[in-house]
Amino acid sequence: MITSSVAELSRALNARRLSSVELTGALLDRIDAANRRLNAFLTVDREGALAQARTADARIAAGTSSALTGIPLAHKDVIMTEGLRTTCGSRMLENFVAPYSAYVAERLAHAGMVLVGKTNMDEFAMGSSNENSYFGPVRNPWNTTCVAGGSSGGSAAAVAARLVPAATGTDTGGSIRQPAALSGISGLKPTYGVCSRYGLVAFASSLDTPGALGQTAEDCALLLNAMAGHDVRDSTSLDRPKEDYTRLLSANAGAKPLAGVRIGLPREYFGAGTESDIANAIEAAIAGFRSLGATTVELSLPNVEYSLPVYYVISPAEASSNLARFDGVRYGHRAAKYDDLMDMYKKTRAEGFGAEVKRRILVGTYVLSHGYYDAYYLKAQQVRRLIADDFQRAYRSCDVIVGPTSPTTAFCLGDNTDDPVKMYLNDIFTIASNLTGTPAISIPCGFDGKGLPIGLQIQGNAFAEAQVLNVAHRYQQMTDWHRRIPAEFAP
Amino acid sequence: MIPYPALFLQRFLVIMALSVDDVQRAAHLARIEITAAEAIDVQNKLEGIFRMIERMRAVDTTGIVPMSHAQDVSLSLREDRATESDQRTLYQRNAPAVEDGLYLVPKVIE
Repeated sequence: MITSSVAELSRALNARRLSSVELTGALLDRIDAANRRLNAFLTVDREGALAQARTADARIAAGTSSALTGIPLAHKDVIMTEGLRTTCGSRMLENFVAPYSAYVAERLAHAGMVLVGKTNMDEFAMGSSNENSYFGPVRNPWNTTCVAGGSSGGSAAAVAARLVPAATGTDTGGSIRQPAALSGISGLKPTYGVCSRYGLVAFASSLDTPGALGQTAEDCALLLNAMAGHDVRDSTSLDRPKEDYTRLLSANAGAKPLAGVRIGLPREYFGAGTESDIANAIEAAIAGFRSLGATTVELSLPNVEYSLPVYYVISPAEASSNLARFDGVRYGHRAAKYDDLMDMYKKTRAEGFGAEVKRRILVGTYVLSHGYYDAYYLKAQQVRRLIADDFQRAYRSCDVIVGPTSPTTAFCLGDNTDDPVKMYLNDIFTIASNLTGTPAISIPCGFDGKGLPIGLQIQGNAFAEAQVLNVAHRYQQMTDWHRRIPAEFAP
Repeated sequence: MIPYPALFLQRFLVIMALSVDDVQRAAHLARIEITAAEAIDVQNKLEGIFRMIERMRAVDTTGIVPMSHAQDVSLSLREDRATESDQRTLYQRNAPAVEDGLYLVPKVIE
């Protein structure tokens, strides 16, 4: 029972078959037992969580609860949570206690979710394997010699090992979807602007997107309902009418629930370079969508191959600006010894940041510097427009686009840490959704020959979350990949 | 259309090689101290990244408007009225060194 999905737990809690205190206590015990092995959590707040659980049980008893009341939750450690340590996986913020909470944290707390702790992540959200954390890597619950993916590796591992039913993440280049794929769970990146970035420690402001990780698309939809909303404190937050992202999921659509849905298959997603087990699993899933009534259409996204270089100009440029605030003056790490102010800045930042963060700041500084801005940053923004135009053209002939989330399954710890570009290639399918600001979900669709999970990505046009979630949901009603639990963590 | 590729190619050749000096200069601008050995390692790794980036620069983007934002929205405005309260004490709890509400840093003025 305690390893059930958010939707199932919600029914159980509201029917009083289980209390939030019992559920929270049991999951806290699971976290205690598993965390030394997985390193998914950086902070666990047992006392706070149990207090919230008691409040939740009172609300349930009084009949004032909602769908998420009493359900345990973890936040990625890039999301500020008042009174709790928020480290961003970095030495720079090792002892930083957040003085306020992020909008998405406030919203989920308001919905009655019980915050059990903060999850490990690649430092400042830069990474695709969670090996860039100052606090050590996260291990994949399916095989602990393998990575969990990144940068939301801790959140993904926590959900995969059923330590929490749901967790938040942020997705700047694939950082929710790729770890979800490698860990065998569902991970949703909404449209940019749907969830406020207020209280997210910024990496790349035009790309950062808070989102949800859970066992199912339905669970992601339930969380999104609470997380989405207009926030005046984020100038990029969109003011749109409230939406129920679960509205298509409960409709009784008969034997062909995806009748009328056109699925686009870009030829660029199905070339060489993707492991054959993954290619086969995706083909089988596509056949599954067809059996649910969907039609498929082949199309081309000719500029999508430039997603990676465009991203690795734009995101480091924005990061170099955003991370300039970490200077040892107002918060965070400060060097112990320095000669003068300049020396203090330089030593503080050299000590506080890890190698990958420093690399990206240097790339960003270079591409924005005098003489290079036009050739790199401006150029990247132009190619970004071409990629976005490709997708707009595609969505004239299809409703959603499907393909693999990642070209590989979980690789071994240490495999890709020598060559940054090799690591960057993990994001080859996910990045375009960040450049275009459009929604996408990764859901499990099988396992490779080594027993490692395979993720399928469903992308949609801006504000098409409900449809993306529905396509994912109908597939999950027909399959049971999302119900599998790694043997080591089975209850 | 005609002069652009020629100029572009020139720029391309000039920018292609990333020197250790370039790395040190960027490190100074970014206020990050790096040792000589680190600079060489960073240069090697950055060369690989820039090789990847070069592919993008070959794309024809004549007349393409740069895209800096996902949606076509303009910055929202509000009334020019103070709405925040003074929370200096709260925010300074995380500061390495404060005195009388001021952040302490090494002397900058002689």
